[in-house]
Amino acid sequence: MTSGGLTSDYRKREESITLSSEPVGETHELLTLNIGPHHPATHGVLRLLATLEGEVVHDVKPIVGYVHTGIEKTCEGKSYWKVIPVVERMDYLSYYFNAMAFCGAVETLLDVEVPPRAQYLRVIHLELNRLMSHLVWLGTSALDLGAISMFWYCFRERETILDLFEMSSGQRMHTRYFQVGGVIEDIPGGFAAKLRTFLDEMPTRADQYADLLEKNQIVLERLHGVCPLSEETLLKIGVTGPLLRASGNPWDLRKAQPYSSYDHFDFKIPVGTVGDNYDRYRVRHAELYESVKIISQALEGLPEGPHITPDRKIALPPRHELATSMEALIHHFKLVTEGFRVPPGEAYFPIEGPRGELGCFVRSDGSAKPARVHMRDPSFVHLQALAPMVNGAYIADLIATLAMLDPILGGIDR
Amino acid sequence: MRPEPSRSTCSAKETPPVPDATELELTAQELRDANAESVLDTDFHRGRATLIANPEHVLVVLGALRSKGYTFLASLHGCDYYPHEPRLGILYELLDMRRVDRITVKARVHTDTPRIASTVELFPGAEFPEREVYDMFGVVFDGHPDLRRILMPEDYEGFPQRRDFPIGGEPVLFTYNDETSYGKWQ
Repeated sequence: MTSGGLTSDYRKREESITLSSEPVGETHELLTLNIGPHHPATHGVLRLLATLEGEVVHDVKPIVGYVHTGIEKTCEGKSYWKVIPVVERMDYLSYYFNAMAFCGAVETLLDVEVPPRAQYLRVIHLELNRLMSHLVWLGTSALDLGAISMFWYCFRERETILDLFEMSSGQRMHTRYFQVGGVIEDIPGGFAAKLRTFLDEMPTRADQYADLLEKNQIVLERLHGVCPLSEETLLKIGVTGPLLRASGNPWDLRKAQPYSSYDHFDFKIPVGTVGDNYDRYRVRHAELYESVKIISQALEGLPEGPHITPDRKIALPPRHELATSMEALIHHFKLVTEGFRVPPGEAYFPIEGPRGELGCFVRSDGSAKPARVHMRDPSFVHLQALAPMVNGAYIADLIATLAMLDPILGGIDR
Repeated sequence: MRPEPSRSTCSAKETPPVPDATELELTAQELRDANAESVLDTDFHRGRATLIANPEHVLVVLGALRSKGYTFLASLHGCDYYPHEPRLGILYELLDMRRVDRITVKARVHTDTPRIASTVELFPGAEFPEREVYDMFGVVFDGHPDLRRILMPEDYEGFPQRRDFPIGGEPVLFTYNDETSYGKWQ
């Protein structure tokens, strides 16, 4: 719209930021330090304006929007089934969760039943995705604390998970595996065996991570008692997920409002006590074991039956029917060209993502394209808790706390 | 023994929402008793309870619901109801963590007077989401401590999530061949 704007308010404000030191009293000075937007420790494209007194952080202002790609606007121009690959790219480490939240909202509007086998397959992939996301978090956070070998170990296990994703869907990331009404395909032969091998191995690996980190005095001192935030403040800001659980509140939507058959599985919710960085680390680390438990139960109890709803108005007919059934061909043509229409209404579908409550709001106006898609991304809300966490802490702990916050900028900016 | 798989993924079916249609009406009546103009309408659709609040009294409604136990603001987002008037909707997804139920408060404002009171005092976590709604829909939140664009560049003009905002090419910032590039939105 506007191409100039060099003298706009924004430019003026940018120029007014003093990046030199200002004296405070006789012996101290305040320094405004710009961190990012391109910096390995910001876990994405995040800019922080930190006000420092010596090494002590007085204030920090997060500035976001550098990877805003207008995904929510893009969704309004696509039919429902074509929205799934787009929303998957919001929080790029939890693509199954984004797809689940969107599909759940659309299924609520359509009032469609998801077959039990599809629900179990979804749980298997959601929990594998949670493991994968936590492994990336653990590796990169340890990297920020100076433990470089953790990064390689975590990415080794992550590779196995991505190989499993490739087996079931053909893609390693942004898999488009979840569809409205179920999943796109059943798991292939050999998947279960490979998954079992991984599940047997993963708890041992998690033990090894703990041995590497929790017997290291440097790591412990960097984490213990650093940047705690009380449960009350976290709830006011709207923080959920491992960050809230680290402060002792066992809120988990998988238990509180079970979706996709989560109430069939026996698992525990790890909670912390004081909500410092050590608790944040411990809660996520303990969740690795719980996810493994859920996946093994879902794999052992995997029900027989269809993997997607038999409703031909929503799900594509099986390939072999196209050669023999005229009706199947018509359904296929209608679904691929126009997509399915969704009755008018609004739905908000919250699920427990790896970072907290991930809710998808979908408004339908009765056409084949959504009138509004909004993702309540936990990282976006959690970023507001950064300043209260790090006020009065050292700048080195700001980096560690940001890592423990686990923000994904793709989810924040959308 | 493993329980039989449930029929649907809709959380609404597995754990019945506590504000069912009856309780939603009771809540609305309670709010109307306190302030006759606060609640305009109610809507119950697919297990989702919505209170349509008068935008001028939205703080009263949210404050009353907060003292009733809905202390957690799960999400705040905007929605454009084009071509229906009032066009812009601001939706507050409230959550009661003790009883595990959710209620939605919706306030709709016109595009020529897109103003509503800020809820940052009640829910400090509303700061970023309100900035996002301002950024995308142009709704001005009165009393917000720092109402600036958050995702779009600060010198951007227009509100891109409105339904009548054109989709298409637009000039790129910082380009040396701006004059010769084609396909830009005129």
